[in-house]
Amino acid sequence: MSEILAASVSILFHGLAFAMVLYLISVGLSVTMGLMGFVNLAHGVFAMFGGYAATTLMNAYGVPFPLALALAVVLVAAASVVCERVLYRRLYGAAELDQVLLTIGLVFMAVASAKYFWGPLAQLFQPPEILRGQLDLGFREFPAYRSFLILCGAVLVTALWLGLDRTRFGAKIRAAVDNLRMAQAVGINTSQLFTLSFALGSGLAALGGGLGAEILPIYPGYPTDYLVDFLIVVSVGGLGSIRGPFFAALLLGVSDTAFKYLLPELGSFFIYALTLALLMWRPRGLVGGPL
Amino acid sequence: MEIRSKFFGAFIGAALAAALAAPVSAQTVIKIGVITTYSGPLAPPGLSMDRGLSLYAKLHEKDLPPGVTVEILRRDDTGPNPDVAKRLAQELVTRDQVNFLAGTVYSPDGFAVASIAAEAKVPFVDMNAAASPITRTPYVVRDSFTLWQVAYPMGLWAAKHGMKQAMIAVSDYAPGNDAAGGFAKGFTEGGGQVLDTIKFPLQNPDFVPFLQRVKDAKPQALFIFVPGGPQSTQMMKAYNDLGLKKAGITLVTTQDLAMDSELPNMGDAPLGVVNSGTYTTAATRPANLAFLAAWTKEYGDKDIADFPAIQGWDGMAMIFDVIKQTGGKFNGDQAMAILGHYKTTDSPRGSFMIDPDTHDIVQNVYIRRVEKRNGKLANIEFQTYPNVKDIWKEMNPPKPQ
Repeated sequence: MSEILAASVSILFHGLAFAMVLYLISVGLSVTMGLMGFVNLAHGVFAMFGGYAATTLMNAYGVPFPLALALAVVLVAAASVVCERVLYRRLYGAAELDQVLLTIGLVFMAVASAKYFWGPLAQLFQPPEILRGQLDLGFREFPAYRSFLILCGAVLVTALWLGLDRTRFGAKIRAAVDNLRMAQAVGINTSQLFTLSFALGSGLAALGGGLGAEILPIYPGYPTDYLVDFLIVVSVGGLGSIRGPFFAALLLGVSDTAFKYLLPELGSFFIYALTLALLMWRPRGLVGGPL
Repeated sequence: MEIRSKFFGAFIGAALAAALAAPVSAQTVIKIGVITTYSGPLAPPGLSMDRGLSLYAKLHEKDLPPGVTVEILRRDDTGPNPDVAKRLAQELVTRDQVNFLAGTVYSPDGFAVASIAAEAKVPFVDMNAAASPITRTPYVVRDSFTLWQVAYPMGLWAAKHGMKQAMIAVSDYAPGNDAAGGFAKGFTEGGGQVLDTIKFPLQNPDFVPFLQRVKDAKPQALFIFVPGGPQSTQMMKAYNDLGLKKAGITLVTTQDLAMDSELPNMGDAPLGVVNSGTYTTAATRPANLAFLAAWTKEYGDKDIADFPAIQGWDGMAMIFDVIKQTGGKFNGDQAMAILGHYKTTDSPRGSFMIDPDTHDIVQNVYIRRVEKRNGKLANIEFQTYPNVKDIWKEMNPPKPQ
């Protein structure tokens, strides 16, 4: 009995840590896809460069962990504004195939330049001393860094949800997602809104990339290899939703961990089966409306 | 158009120069076609192998018989790509007419090159690919190791040193399965019991959930195999972060998880870990000290010689031996006869020989412990299992023709 309990706690704990990283990275993608109707397959690029910026600042320049993360977020968000203004903007409302071609092109360029500047291998990620090793909670021990991840994730998720529900900016986003033309008609500057929410989404992705570098190591294949995971979170969660992807990330994180723990030979097979079943049941995702 | 004609001119010029140069010098050129991984994320062991074999050739060129030189033709298989490796081997054999094939980090490539070697009767010196059956093909000789060979003594040692129950965790591909098989055989022969074998995908970024299961099951010992390189650092970190050591689970492993070149990235996590292997830079044999001095002089002290480098070095020594014994005039069968009886006592990894029956290496397997020497982590050898054969071949004798 206690063995089953220990196994369940382990699975929930590691699943939760994985889910937090997935959610932080994917929520921006959900917003861009829902708000601007833009198929941004290059979203993982922002997460990867967030990870590269954070690890490089820490390893090569000795920048402390929180500052390195903050700088990574600012750098990536600023770069994403440039991308949005120069590239993405041209294809709002264009055919989906054009958007896919543009963003896949960006992915290839990002993969090649990451390989050129940082080499093919995964970056070394060393959390500060205080977050290494184990955290003893009396009844059992938990890995300290992953506990920290869960805590960070919970704080960020709460802030994000409150921000979207309670602030003017959040109300504007909700209005624009629901009905873009009406939002424009009542005087919301959607152009500015797009840029800001794009920067926010990319910044969150960069934060997820940096924080999650232990679970999803930073290497040039990052934007392609994890793309499927991000897309699953968004499609299962429902486009344009903030809460949906959270439950999708939880489901994906916990079930993936459970299968790694219980049936490691099956690998990630189960995740795809689960996604298939969920999308057949609710094609617009957990939170999306009827198709 | 202009570019093309320039190129054409250069081509004619080069061809003329080659045609003129050949008869004048009247030299025998022994061509060695090296197929290994020079690019891509899996390149580090391939580059290491190339440095080892190039260094040997550079230092020993003067020992060749008069009028004989070697030419190394390098080809990039870019990773485990048997179709690419096969095509490269074909080109090397038919177009460049090489006298030897050598290299391959990955076993699928090893099999591909071996099949061409057998067809063309060109000796292939396998300098890393570790799948046991590769040397079942004629015209193949291996100077690296097999995972059965390295993991089996680790199992024997663990069972003999107080470990009664163990779990096994390996990457789910051929070498992982070989390592699991070798360890399990040694461990059960020594009276131990294997509780469970966990296989995780080869391309898995996060080991923690798998290790958490081991931690919850609390076995006395855990045997791990992951391919050497960045994965070893990640695995070692996961082992440390989860506190398996503190939970009283003793880690035993092969040299892949405690690679000399990865140790500097691991912090203090691997301190005290016992592993089995064929080579470490920390060995104090005179041959190794001489090798390390030459290596540092050539490549600087940042670049750490690993077992693929030693295998490149020793493989080149075997090829040079053939050239010296025959004066540079030999065919494939004559070369194989010499390679198949090769024996040395002054390899950086100690003495080893090639088993004339299997063309596989017979060598010492060292049990080492990770300790701190001069402020750096090092694999310190403390016990030797001498002249270990590839145990898989003894368990699976060739079927009578």
